Amino acid sequence: MADTTLVVAGVTVDFDGFKANQDVDVTFEQGRLHFLIGPNGAGKTTLVDALTGLVRGTGTATYAGRDLLTMKSHEIVRAGVGRTFQTATVFEELTVLQNLDIAGGVHRSAWRMGRARKGVPSYVQDALETIGLTSVADLPAGRLAHGEKQWLEIGMLLVQDAKVMFLDETVAGMSAEERSETGALLRRIAPDRTIIVIEHDMEFVRTYADVVTVLHAGKVLAEGSIEQVQADERVQEVYLGRTATADVEVDDA
Amino acid sequence: MSTSTSAASRIKPWLPLLGIALLALALLVIAPAMLSPFRLNNLGKYCCWAIVAVGIGLAWGRGGMLVMGQGVFFGIGGYAMAMHLKLEAAGPGQVPDFMQLYGDGSMPWWWEPFRSPVITIAAIILVPALVAGLLGFAIFKRRVKGAYFAILTQALAVVFATLLIATIKQTGGFNGLNNFPSFFGYSLYDPVNKKMVYLIAAGLLIVCLVIVWQINRSRFGELLVATRDAEERVRFLGHDPANIKLIAFVIAAVMASVGGAMFAPIAGIISPSDVDAAASILFIAGVALGGRAGLFGPALGALAVGYGQSTLSERFPNEWTYFQGALFVVVILLIPGGLSSVLKRFRKDVARQTTELRGLTVTEPPTEVKVHG
Repeated sequence: MADTTLVVAGVTVDFDGFKANQDVDVTFEQGRLHFLIGPNGAGKTTLVDALTGLVRGTGTATYAGRDLLTMKSHEIVRAGVGRTFQTATVFEELTVLQNLDIAGGVHRSAWRMGRARKGVPSYVQDALETIGLTSVADLPAGRLAHGEKQWLEIGMLLVQDAKVMFLDETVAGMSAEERSETGALLRRIAPDRTIIVIEHDMEFVRTYADVVTVLHAGKVLAEGSIEQVQADERVQEVYLGRTATADVEVDDA
Repeated sequence: MSTSTSAASRIKPWLPLLGIALLALALLVIAPAMLSPFRLNNLGKYCCWAIVAVGIGLAWGRGGMLVMGQGVFFGIGGYAMAMHLKLEAAGPGQVPDFMQLYGDGSMPWWWEPFRSPVITIAAIILVPALVAGLLGFAIFKRRVKGAYFAILTQALAVVFATLLIATIKQTGGFNGLNNFPSFFGYSLYDPVNKKMVYLIAAGLLIVCLVIVWQINRSRFGELLVATRDAEERVRFLGHDPANIKLIAFVIAAVMASVGGAMFAPIAGIISPSDVDAAASILFIAGVALGGRAGLFGPALGALAVGYGQSTLSERFPNEWTYFQGALFVVVILLIPGGLSSVLKRFRKDVARQTTELRGLTVTEPPTEVKVHG
């Protein structure tokens, strides 16, 4: 299995003088669930935007010998780096099956694009089973529940064979049940991939994170296991301090 | 019951072909047998507009690009054909009549290639493809969309018509090009040949419908709809949405050009008023009326608007444009999905009622299912 490590070095995103990210160094390794946390405005989503070609950044982001920062969005995807967005964006009028099938279309020839789909490709069937949506394969994606849409998005990343996946607040708005299913899904698919999750829900982070990187004001504040990060005084000061107290209250209740 | 559903689902994808066959029967067999030569010729005009509409259905209905300037491509095809017919009428080595009338009797160099029937037909296909390709490339790569795209294409139609009016010596100006005695060697005074020209136009409409039917069911068609609904998402599937839109835009342009090319010999004239901004909006009106996203909506809508235009303009020569404007407003306000959407909604209601009667659970949005006390 090829190594899917993504090395980010000195990435800075400058919005007309405002530095949304400054000198970010972080290494995302294969097989770990890597969480990006930090208060609102810490630059989590901006960093992912920069790494997926949505905003311009300086520095380097080396994946498989190429610098993602010099590539366009669709080229980055073709190189094997995929992402989801905060609001689930699936193609509502197409069925679950069609959504997944489209995701697998990148490497199809013009001739095959001009013809109708026959049957269900094996990789689409695999993804359907992995995300647990086989029973609703023929339903329009617009009819799915919120959590199911997020799973469908992850399924689309699986079909497009993304080796690096950025998931932006995937469990936001999910029920407790959906959260644990999502966590289990991430665990299932993590071993062959590099998965980076932006998350606010500390309970979810604690349960599933292998590595946590804390961003604050555009910079990396701390990195390590959840215990290490929570023990860090600076982190407690800017971010976890408040959340930790809040969590204690919840735990007491 | 499962076998009947699977049989039904096996037949369902082919139903549109049956519809196309029925339309072909009506246009190619029944209409020529029933209608007077005058009415048949009118129907031929509507078919030309319907060809344009089928392309708009693809670009706008499936691709989300509100093409408000299809008159430009209609005009490219129409004028290319008209130039050939004028040269044919003038005879070998001769110059079209209007050039002697308005100018000094010399012919611009770019008219010369249109003496050849082969080059003319090639130009009807290739010139709009090239123009739309370059234009679309510039527009879509810059990510111009929505209202800006619509205004831009509309402006092009204005520019195109203004240019035609200003070049009376080269294009006949406001009067356009008219008076075509023959079509590729066949006299247009002979009713049999007139009928043949009609059959070619109607046949081309059927061909365009089959092409769009195949595009809609193809993976490209699914991708086009996906691009319409969530362009950024498509980008993150590794596609460049600009290329997907470009293909649909070019196909729509070529169809508009083919419609224009057949319009010239059938109407006997092509002039700036057939290709200007107002004409372009009229193309859109037909598509909106019929329902832009379906296969038949655009074509049937265009046929209906064409028919309405002729009938109303015969009876109320001064007021019919008001009818048309009112129709457009009513459709946009009350049935934005067009008439075909009304039919679909009705069918869905019936289906829901029958499933409920059978006591089967209808799949509801999960939020409503998850209500437990």
